[in-house]
Amino acid sequence: MSASTLEQPPKTGKGDGGGGSAITAYLSQNLQQYGMMAALVVIVVLFQIMTDNRLLYPNNVASLIQENAYVLILTIGMVMVIVAGHIDLSVGSVVAFIGGLCALMITDWNLPWLLAVVLSIAVGGLVGCWQGFWIAYVGIPAFIVTLGGMLLFRGLAIVMVGTTVAGLPGGFNAISNHSLPNALGFIGQLDGLTLVIGAVAIAGLTLTQWRSRRALIRNDLRVEPFAAFIGKIVVSVAVIGYITYLLAKSAGGTPIVLMIVGLLTILYTFVMSNTVFGRHIYAMGGNLPAAKLSGVKTERVNFLIFVNMGMLAGVAAVVTTSRAGAAVAAAGQNFELDSIAAAFIGGTAVTGGIGKVFGAIIGALIMGVLNMGLSIMSVDPAWQQAIKGLVLIAAVAFDIVNKRRASAS
Amino acid sequence: MPTDPTPPSDRTPPTDSTPPTDSTPATDSTPILEMRGITKSFPGVKALQDVTMTVSRGQVHAICGENGAGKSTLMKVLSGVYPHGGYQGEIVFEGQPCHFKNIRDSEQRGIVIIHQELALSPYLSIAENIFLGNERSTRGVMRWTQTNKEAARLLATVGLDEQPDTKIVDLGVGKQQLVEIAKALSKQVRLLILDEPTAALNEQDSAHLLGLLRNLRQQGITSIMISHKLNEIAAIADTTTIIRDGRCIETLDMHGPEPVTEDRIIRGMVGRDLAHRFPEHTPRIGEELLRIEDWTVHHPIDHGRVVVEDATVTVRRGEIVGLAGLMGAGRTELAMSVFGRSYGTGISGRIFLHGKEVRLRTVNEAIRNGIAYATEDRKRYGLNLIEDIKRNISSARLEKVSHLGVMDSPAEVAKANGFRKEMNIKAESVDVPTGKLSGGNQQKVVLSKWLFAEPEVLILDEPTRGIDVGAKYEIYEIINTLADAGKGVLVISSELPELLGICDRIYAMSQGRITGEMPRAEATQEGLMRYMTMEKNGASR
Repeated sequence: MSASTLEQPPKTGKGDGGGGSAITAYLSQNLQQYGMMAALVVIVVLFQIMTDNRLLYPNNVASLIQENAYVLILTIGMVMVIVAGHIDLSVGSVVAFIGGLCALMITDWNLPWLLAVVLSIAVGGLVGCWQGFWIAYVGIPAFIVTLGGMLLFRGLAIVMVGTTVAGLPGGFNAISNHSLPNALGFIGQLDGLTLVIGAVAIAGLTLTQWRSRRALIRNDLRVEPFAAFIGKIVVSVAVIGYITYLLAKSAGGTPIVLMIVGLLTILYTFVMSNTVFGRHIYAMGGNLPAAKLSGVKTERVNFLIFVNMGMLAGVAAVVTTSRAGAAVAAAGQNFELDSIAAAFIGGTAVTGGIGKVFGAIIGALIMGVLNMGLSIMSVDPAWQQAIKGLVLIAAVAFDIVNKRRASAS
Repeated sequence: MPTDPTPPSDRTPPTDSTPPTDSTPATDSTPILEMRGITKSFPGVKALQDVTMTVSRGQVHAICGENGAGKSTLMKVLSGVYPHGGYQGEIVFEGQPCHFKNIRDSEQRGIVIIHQELALSPYLSIAENIFLGNERSTRGVMRWTQTNKEAARLLATVGLDEQPDTKIVDLGVGKQQLVEIAKALSKQVRLLILDEPTAALNEQDSAHLLGLLRNLRQQGITSIMISHKLNEIAAIADTTTIIRDGRCIETLDMHGPEPVTEDRIIRGMVGRDLAHRFPEHTPRIGEELLRIEDWTVHHPIDHGRVVVEDATVTVRRGEIVGLAGLMGAGRTELAMSVFGRSYGTGISGRIFLHGKEVRLRTVNEAIRNGIAYATEDRKRYGLNLIEDIKRNISSARLEKVSHLGVMDSPAEVAKANGFRKEMNIKAESVDVPTGKLSGGNQQKVVLSKWLFAEPEVLILDEPTRGIDVGAKYEIYEIINTLADAGKGVLVISSELPELLGICDRIYAMSQGRITGEMPRAEATQEGLMRYMTMEKNGASR
């Protein structure tokens, strides 16, 4: 939510469907919210042109998701950390550490890979307990604790892994490299299961949007103009439909990691917007003393935020290791910076208190498309990094200028 | 309007009419400062209205008034904190009209203000603080020898026996105050303004400070001192101006033929009529709900300092109890320490709810036991300003609108809408962020938040601070409704008429102790003010 949404609230109730000016006003007030989605579309179109339409080749779309699943997963946890007013610099090292541990559990301890995955996520939780303890109960700033964690877990990863642990089973490697099985056959050239998943996603999205709008109207709360609402639905349906079409045409269908990322996104959107825990995170980030004086157990909430971040780092470790087919001591380099950048690009406030999971996902996708597009164009990795840095600054500058404009009006 | 528009020095120069006390080598009879017709408005509030004040050269000029009367605002206008153009009226300093845009401008003319909250940088040395922003340097390179030498000289002037390289954190408040004065002297001060300089000081440090002010007066430095401590004013001031409700009420010549007693000052500070500013209310008082017994609290950082001492307070069902006191009396500290120990260390004493002793170690326990505390500083401690009305209202008791940790949003919205109508919160919907509301409506959200928690006892700290008269009346009505619903209400307020207008019983606090208790029928402003200004006597020391 940006300050601009607050200035001149749009009309309540059904809205005046036709009035073009109402829609223009609404869009300009919600520039921040839709700005990043628009930016994503612009970047996609730009790369589509610059790569001679190669960006949206079906197989490229599938691999875009597989390549960037780690950012998407980490960013979800990072939004919660930043909204609460902290930062986590350790996630990249934690990914390397847990990835190494996971590979060793499979190759040296001969554990079944599924059990190793579960244990990896649990260890991620323990890592979170360690950091959360210092941050929440001892009161060391998260910046310091996770800076220490960054060094500590990178060191442990190198000690444990050496350079590489390879020879992981096919089932494990499938997580990040394969797609859901073609259980429903083909419709024309398209994978049936993917089409079904796409249809379910479209139906679910439309239904929840419709129901939440109804609930808002029933309770006399602000809703967007009806035309904007319809427009939003139409655009979302078109985007999901198009992605579904592309994936259904790709070699494998729906990537397995897309399901993981999708479910995590839904789960954490719910946690942040509909649970007491999520409410406490926003309350603490918005005004910590007021939250304390409202009886929020701030230590416990802080602790759990880092436990959660650790577990998501565990998931990201599994995904990364699976993608590479091996554990590498140098894995996860810069992952923390990617996910922090994605969260900020997605509208999370540096000062805490503001930020949405969905926004951060958009931010992560912007980073992902940049990665993919620049790679297809064979841009030097050094330049890729430089460009990503500029995009981060541009995105946050846009946010700040936009807020200033809103508060000035 | 001032009853005495002519400056005292024009009429009876104290040097002529009084025996040679230690005061006033006023050789120059033109006033050093004239403020004429100063009016300063904030949204919804007129903080100062047509204030005219004249300060004679070489005097100690005291300014008295209740909390919120406008004293600090007047001094902020004078020192450029509120820039020229933001107020009406004119300021003439040493014969020159002043158009200060900021504090720097006023300091260049020799007007230095020392605020109540000292503005020293704790980890820098005394010398560094004295010359902060005014460094002794050559082309940007510090000249440490000169810095420390000059600092040592200034420290000798103010009578502070510390090395210039001592860090501020290692000094007590009294010594820090002296460093502030040394800093002012380093700026070639002509007019020194002290806002409640002795509020946080013990008697010894206060006595030293007053002695220093006398010395400065002999050196020709004029001071303006805002103070609540009437005995100090009587001891040191040459002239006293009384401000009430943003107006200058009168200016008293302390060396005049008729002696100015503390009672005389009190009368000036409180005198005003109370008609129709408070809703009618007949209390129905029941059994005792809350009893705080022998409550003692120490300062959170300065563990040796007692902030609340042996306080005993009771609140009964349906009763509105007032807690009167001047700034620093310990009222907020008492309330917050009771509210789940959210303030202070070394807390001792007992709390009884419904006659049963309870331990309230966390805010959560306090809320669950039926206590609510609505803070005096709603923006900093009461509301999440970036969140909307409904989320603020539910924030103290989310479990009431959730099941197994999952929010029941429709229930939350319905509750919030209920409060919006009941409390008459003027907002388009409960979706509006609280940062966009006026002070009165924000306060209603704070009250809603605590009513939502369904407490038995509500502690309301300055519930009408910074809100306009109409909204105040509404808040009083809400308080009455709460009492009628069988809740106990403890109201902390700095406005005596407010306490007299709405409370059934009033405690007065001074320097951490409950110094008096009066039922409504017996309470008067003068009586309360006497308790509120009661000094600790020898017995307690």
